[in-house]
Amino acid sequence: MAAPQPLADRAIENLRYIRDTMARSGAFTAVPGLGQVWVGVTALPAAWLAHRSPTVLGWLSVWLAEAAVALAIGGITMVRKARAVRDPVVSGPGRRVLLHFLPAFGSAAVLTGAIVLAGAPALLPGLWLLLYGTGVVAAGAFSVRPVPLMGICFLVLGTAALFTPPAWGDAWMAAGFGGLHLGFGAVIARSYGG
Amino acid sequence: MAKSGAARQAKSEPAGGSAARAAADLDRLIHEKVRLGIVSALAGHESLSFNELKRTLAATDGNLSVHARKLEDAGYVTCTKTFEGRLPKTVYRLTATGRKALERYLDHMEALIRATRAP
Repeated sequence: MAAPQPLADRAIENLRYIRDTMARSGAFTAVPGLGQVWVGVTALPAAWLAHRSPTVLGWLSVWLAEAAVALAIGGITMVRKARAVRDPVVSGPGRRVLLHFLPAFGSAAVLTGAIVLAGAPALLPGLWLLLYGTGVVAAGAFSVRPVPLMGICFLVLGTAALFTPPAWGDAWMAAGFGGLHLGFGAVIARSYGG
Repeated sequence: MAKSGAARQAKSEPAGGSAARAAADLDRLIHEKVRLGIVSALAGHESLSFNELKRTLAATDGNLSVHARKLEDAGYVTCTKTFEGRLPKTVYRLTATGRKALERYLDHMEALIRATRAP
């Protein structure tokens, strides 16, 4: 070929067209369903462990460790899913997550510190579920239907956690970070590209 | 996914030569935009109806029919005609051959990009 650059441009354009067509047909979301399933799998024993912790510090440590594990699983599986469809992670799904999901995640981190210092850790399950739901709804606004729907379910659970006895906090966390991730993750993995 | 000949060539040949080879090896059947769209849309679904494909690709009835027929003739998709109540319904499915063709096509696109960006 005499002019190689247009060939590359055409190839990039074709890859983008394939990806957009899959997204338009509702077949693909950058949200990794399999990753969510694994997050759900790790959240259930975390809820059990946290519930058995005799101190607030122990309880908090379990959930912070679970958050770190979930972030790692989510990051790795999102990169793998994006690579499978040749989606540039930094300018594609990674950027969307940064813009839509991380503000809520960052707010949760700041509020967690403030609430622990204020001596009201019983509010944390409701706060975490609500802010995670807010992030998922925002990040999933332009995604396939199960993603924002999952975010709404987190908002409902977070609201319930704030207005029920504090002892139920870990059960709400298990239902949200365990149950919702397992259920919606399986649906997304099966129907929306992995 | 197995790497295609074009993808392997891209690593060992001068940029211009491997790009030309990758371009020459392209599957012309799915290189056409509507046909590429049909195969891409079907890749994430067990099946899609004619109307779903038409909506996804913003194609006309005639255009979609012609291109779907070419893919069917090549064995890339299957077409099943049924009735939903009293209305006829045409459903398309991607075959294993069609899925492999799409994977090869993606490899070719990657090979082209790598080859033309090689120093």
